[in-house]
Amino acid sequence: MRQEPIAPHALPFPPLTRGWGWLAWFSTTDHKKIGILYMVTSLFFFGVGGIEALLIRIQLAAPDGKVLTPQEYDAIFTMHGTTMIFLVVMPIFIGLANYLVPLMIGARDVAFPRLNALGYWVFVLGGIVLYLALFTGSLANAGWFSYAPLSEAAYSSRPGVDYWIVGLIETGVGTIAAAVNLLATIVRYRAPGMTWRRMPLFVWMMMITSLIILYALTPLNAGLIMLLGDRLLHMHFFRANVSGGSAILWQHIFWFFGHPEVYIMALPAFGIMSEVVPVFSRKPIFGYTFVAGSGIAIGLLSFAVWVHHMFAVGLSTPMNAAFSAASMLIAVPTGVKIFNWSTTMFRGRLRMTSSMYFAAAMIIQFVIGGITGVMFASVPIDWQLTDSYFVVAHMHYVLFGGSMFGLWAGVYYWFPKITGRMMSERLGRWHFWLAVIGFNMTFFVQHILGLLGMPRRVYTYPGLPDYAALNLISTIGAFILGIAVLLFLWNLVSSFRHGEEAGDNPWDAWTLEWATTSPPPEHNFEKLPPVRSARPLFDLNHPEYADHARSSREAKA
Amino acid sequence: MTTANSSAQTGPTMNRHKVGMLFFISSEIFFFLTLLSSYAYLSGAFGNLPHQSLAVPRTFVFSLFLFSSSLTIWFAERAFHRHRYGAFRWWMLATMLLGLIFLSGQAIEYTELIRTGITLNYDVFSSAFFTLTGFHGLHVITGLVMLGSLTGLSFAGKLGPENESAVATISYYWHFVDAVWVAVFTVAYLIFI
Repeated sequence: MRQEPIAPHALPFPPLTRGWGWLAWFSTTDHKKIGILYMVTSLFFFGVGGIEALLIRIQLAAPDGKVLTPQEYDAIFTMHGTTMIFLVVMPIFIGLANYLVPLMIGARDVAFPRLNALGYWVFVLGGIVLYLALFTGSLANAGWFSYAPLSEAAYSSRPGVDYWIVGLIETGVGTIAAAVNLLATIVRYRAPGMTWRRMPLFVWMMMITSLIILYALTPLNAGLIMLLGDRLLHMHFFRANVSGGSAILWQHIFWFFGHPEVYIMALPAFGIMSEVVPVFSRKPIFGYTFVAGSGIAIGLLSFAVWVHHMFAVGLSTPMNAAFSAASMLIAVPTGVKIFNWSTTMFRGRLRMTSSMYFAAAMIIQFVIGGITGVMFASVPIDWQLTDSYFVVAHMHYVLFGGSMFGLWAGVYYWFPKITGRMMSERLGRWHFWLAVIGFNMTFFVQHILGLLGMPRRVYTYPGLPDYAALNLISTIGAFILGIAVLLFLWNLVSSFRHGEEAGDNPWDAWTLEWATTSPPPEHNFEKLPPVRSARPLFDLNHPEYADHARSSREAKA
Repeated sequence: MTTANSSAQTGPTMNRHKVGMLFFISSEIFFFLTLLSSYAYLSGAFGNLPHQSLAVPRTFVFSLFLFSSSLTIWFAERAFHRHRYGAFRWWMLATMLLGLIFLSGQAIEYTELIRTGITLNYDVFSSAFFTLTGFHGLHVITGLVMLGSLTGLSFAGKLGPENESAVATISYYWHFVDAVWVAVFTVAYLIFI
């Protein structure tokens, strides 16, 4: 049964001129347009957060830097972390999921299109409020986890932290709305035949991510409300110096959110990897059930490890020991995924596209970040290295080397579907190599700096042996990475304008989003192929090798 | 070959509204769990203040009104399924009345506390207590607004069998608000008193 051609030519990019012209982007409830809005907004904030990162690196390029004052430096590293986490990585994955999940499960749209639009605009409002603080002359400057009592009015008396709190509550509300929407969509709108075991792994990972969002972000919002109460209404939650409030309580609440948050940012990248690696290895994923199952294990365990961010507090030994063990345990399901991807590549017919380059680099870099993560699960190592540059190196290997490289693999993979045009492979290769060199130059040396004892979040350092050289290497690396990002943006723009026509399924991929035109029409599908396995399009295009007929083929042989 | 649109709403029982509301409620549970565990965590610094200033028996009586509203909304839903819209409206009004009585109990409690000088920023107990019970109260008010909208639509004759899921989801929410109070009452009035 061959699939009928859906439309003779790719439709134009989502029509900008219909309805109220470009204003239609403000009123749209189409999941694809909202997905694009999310991603473009995140790219904008990626620029903002990136400039903040470069400012940090300029300040630290040489000992006794004078580019930024200590106060400015505090505000910039706070806003860099907050921006990258809440306004870049989370929303860009939510945008990608918004675009892809309905297509991958063969649905017309998300379950609640208007709620979807509301979620996006509330998120944008949060991002704006976060930066509106600039007009008060004070940005938030208590770090991305805003520890009490530093974040209390007594020590951060200017309104930056208040804007930070309100902005985060708003992005949180928008994100929860998006998560509810994705979950209802996945539960209710899968195509006929798409059982849980036939669902694309990206959809699996977004489902688990959405559940983590539901149960991690409401505690954060509760904590933020308490902190705001402390600051504005002089309440007593986290003010230890007056009548028994507890600064540690803030840490518990924040990290109960904060550690699952790491997986909110990592699991979508795992999902992308589980789509990209099989397609470019020309094999089904090795151990589908293990990828999905280890995702569930990660989701559950992510709520049981938060105290490993608080080893230095001096909590009881049994408490530290239990959370140390749980933190080491969570490395197991994460490691399982690494094996799934490597064994999928093993003896595959690899097609080394830019997307696959990023996927391969992601595996290696994520493993490095994972290994340092397991080190931090051990209490004595944590005591030695906490609050040093080793932590900065670790988390950037996970979040940049892992999540961001995974995201780039996904962008090169799905850009043809979203725009109908291929991205330039030549620019892609330049982007890739500069990013790998720049990223590792920036952050690998920070491991050494951390071991030498360089503390994070201090605006400068004295001319100690090796400090200057290593920091200079890091700064040069950051600028190479900056050039890589500019090349990436240029690739996006120029490929969007002049890229080769992609056609419906340029990679001979097998999930349902490739069964429609590139870009898809507003109603997504004219017709759907039957879903009899996890690779419906592969079954359709290669009936002699169809997955769902494998057992009968093997019986004949 | 099937068309894409047939993929929507093929299942037998739960529609998107109910699924969405259940996911939302499950998220809200974690909001209240955070407030509740913070209350418990901070209770070491409360001293005798809760014991001296909270009226447990009176609040228990007012709680009974809220608990019984779960029953009346169940009757309302049953009447709705049987297309007895008159009975549905009366049960809805009864539910709202019970909710309002509960809120007035909370208002009395708050007034007494504030009159004795125990305001939001009095100490760690008052901060935790007002935040916990206040957010529950806000949820009751939200529930009342939703119940009121349904009842109003029904009086206007604009609520029919096609709105089954609206009635069901709002009743889920109301049961949730009720269940949260069981936890709040237990923690604030029975355990850490």
